[in-house]
Amino acid sequence: MSRASIEIRDVSHVYKTQSGPLPVLDNLSINVPKNAFTAVVGPSGCGKSTLTRLIAGLLTPDIGSVWLFGEKVEQPRATVGMAFQNPVLLEWRNILQNVILPLEIVGSSLTANQRKERARHLLALVGLEDFEDKRPSELSGGMRQRASLCRALIHKPEVLILDEPFGALDAFTREDLWQVMHALRKEEPFTGLLITHDLRESVFLSDQVIVLSGRPASTQYILDIPNKGERSLDDLYSPDTIQMLNVLRHQIKVAQDRD
Amino acid sequence: MKKVAAPLIAIVAFSIFWEALVWVNDWPDYKMASPSDLWPAFWKFRYFFLDYGWDTLWRTVVGLMLAVLVGVALGMVMGFSKTMRDALYPLLVGFNAIPKATVVPIIALIFVGQHDLNTVLIAFMISFFPIAVSVSIGLSTLEPEYRDILRALGASKTMIFWKIALPKTLPEFFGALKVAVTLAFIGTNLMEIVSPHGRGLGALFDSGKTNADYPLMFAVLIALALLGIVLYYVVLALEKIFAGWAERETS
Repeated sequence: MSRASIEIRDVSHVYKTQSGPLPVLDNLSINVPKNAFTAVVGPSGCGKSTLTRLIAGLLTPDIGSVWLFGEKVEQPRATVGMAFQNPVLLEWRNILQNVILPLEIVGSSLTANQRKERARHLLALVGLEDFEDKRPSELSGGMRQRASLCRALIHKPEVLILDEPFGALDAFTREDLWQVMHALRKEEPFTGLLITHDLRESVFLSDQVIVLSGRPASTQYILDIPNKGERSLDDLYSPDTIQMLNVLRHQIKVAQDRD
Repeated sequence: MKKVAAPLIAIVAFSIFWEALVWVNDWPDYKMASPSDLWPAFWKFRYFFLDYGWDTLWRTVVGLMLAVLVGVALGMVMGFSKTMRDALYPLLVGFNAIPKATVVPIIALIFVGQHDLNTVLIAFMISFFPIAVSVSIGLSTLEPEYRDILRALGASKTMIFWKIALPKTLPEFFGALKVAVTLAFIGTNLMEIVSPHGRGLGALFDSGKTNADYPLMFAVLIALALLGIVLYYVVLALEKIFAGWAERETS
């Protein structure tokens, strides 16, 4: 196995709230190999989103450390891309300009035309080629999320962090976007970490599913998905997948009991 | 076509109603002048209307620009720091609650004879409050995810302000500016009316009063209304240019 590109080492984190300290992560360790895709599932409120903020460098852990490609994360870095459940597109920019936004921040060496070229390429990959001039408000929820994925990838990040990006979409749109994710990965490999509460999504998209225990979260179970890389929606109904889903369901139940 | 015609018809209808009201009641012009009395007044004092109208206009605009500068600065301070918001809010509300008519003589005494400065000051004082409040609310209610999108890429605070916070606050800002423009106009006239030997439409109104020229007083009111409409629509046009994206198409 290649060296880990995301490495979470013995991380514990406590939020200070008005009703006293609230421990969210407890001695959590996670390794994601280069270009692998890891899904993290767990009971709601178990600290999954805290995890994304730690990796993005938006938050520093109380104990332990987060490493990206052998470098300790102490502040945000330009090699990370992020997408949330809320696509947070900027209403005053059209879709193309929204996708280009990260390049304006990270100081890209691309010319204005090259930036547009790259943005159009990504938009075409997710099926939004005819919508670059539209405002976000003119797009459906699924289309906005597609644009948000393009924005997360425009600066060719080494690490992509997805925090329940498909959580607010209907089932069919969600399955569409799962396939889009595989297409994007195939086109430009990246190391991914997906936070989700959809077990089918975790099995369909990732190479490894990590089940977190209830709050404070630590690793409870790791499921290795034998079928890496691209897969078809039909696979979701195969006996192997059903078997894996049952294992995950059981693990989530255990995690909830502990809470 | 319909967009221009509808308000014009409304204005004509209102004038006819006004004229009829005066005619039916047989009011003398010192009780209420009718629209037909106004034309002679406008014509007789046409140079004053142009000259003083300009005074009123630029004083209002300068006062308003000052209100925008100070209002936005205060709004930013209060929007980014909760401590500053808690500290300044009661002070601002108190200041806003003081009727500006009572401040007029105070300012007039501080800067005796400085008509331009006094007028601009009152216009400013009466109009910065809504701008400060709207900017601070716009900034403090910015969803953290918007900030995180840029922060995660290593963007500085200044960059987040220019790329996200400022444009996102523009619709609120223009909403407040529409209120402020009318307020600034009121402020200008408050000062102009009481300034002895002053200039501006307010002074023209006051001279109508001292000379018992009632049609002139009414003519000034109409001129003020016209200037107010012009300023309001200028703000509306600016809003369309800078925050037109916030408008939802109604289907």
